Amino acid sequence: MKTAQPYANPYVAGVCLGLVLLGAFVVAGQGLGASGAFANVATGLVDAASPRTAERNDYFASYLSGGAPWTAWMVVEIVGVIAGGALSAFLAGRMRVEIARGPGIGDRSRLAYAAGGGAIMGFGAVLARGCTSGQALSGGALLSVGSWAFMLAAFAAGFIAAPLARKLWR
Amino acid sequence: MSFADSPLAAFLIGTAFGFALERAGLGDARKLAGQFYLKDFTVLKVMFSAIVTAMLGAFWLGRVGLIDLAAIHVPETFLAPQAVGGLIFGVGFVVSGLCPGTSCVAAASGRLDGLAAMLGLLAGVLITGLAFPLLEDFYRSTDRGVFTLPEMLGLPYGVVVTLVVAMALAAFRLAETLERRS
Repeated sequence: MKTAQPYANPYVAGVCLGLVLLGAFVVAGQGLGASGAFANVATGLVDAASPRTAERNDYFASYLSGGAPWTAWMVVEIVGVIAGGALSAFLAGRMRVEIARGPGIGDRSRLAYAAGGGAIMGFGAVLARGCTSGQALSGGALLSVGSWAFMLAAFAAGFIAAPLARKLWR
Repeated sequence: MSFADSPLAAFLIGTAFGFALERAGLGDARKLAGQFYLKDFTVLKVMFSAIVTAMLGAFWLGRVGLIDLAAIHVPETFLAPQAVGGLIFGVGFVVSGLCPGTSCVAAASGRLDGLAAMLGLLAGVLITGLAFPLLEDFYRSTDRGVFTLPEMLGLPYGVVVTLVVAMALAAFRLAETLERRS
């Protein structure tokens, strides 16, 4: 196996990411997203288990109105994100099964915290109508007030919670 | 169906997005968490470089008339749920060390914590969705429609763009100083 290449310069990677975002604005008329894909998949699962529940719930119903949630634009986009991430990692020799964690916790705790943190983010992303991709990046570049409020609140909360989560990372 | 709405466009845009995130190292939760301990400023540098690039691109392409800015969907503002959602999201971000997009990239490069974060996210969205009737009033509150910083500040678009660039450059400078110190 070849050795892993170092990561790209963050400013260069950021400008490239910005050009991708600009491309999405121009080609698709919308920005990038991630949590929306999870919302579509959740809707698909609820709809498969109980179509009545999905239809009667305004949140899930809103994701059903555009057709089948499994093939929604955002879901296909996130499949692309996984493909692009895998391709980049493979080309750079960074494809490796591992658990990224701080030195102070074990693998099992790390997986539990990753999932728990994910669930908390899911709650926040539903309320905020998006996440770091759809709100902070995309709405941020379009100067949406709500997107900037989301971004500032998320980072403020992250910095405030960080000392309490210190044993997870340091 | 236009190319913009086609699955191929969605897939290609997503592929480029995932590629850029992985190149930057944002599939590694330790790097993302490092931002919150002021040890690693990759998140700030990548995010603000991307925001500034796309913001300037949209501004200038619109100014010279190559694109119609009105055709780009601007996320609507619901101030209270977005601020509260952001606070909750930020806590989850530091606990999991990943956000929704980067959890997919982490999983794609073989990281099991990325997969765990994805499953947690799905569960969180699913449960919140099921509880939606309880949250609906708050979710729809403080509706400002499409509401932008130039409108809020009463300043021309170009002036706000310049201010955001200046703020980003100041943040980059501060990040470099703090990184050298640590």
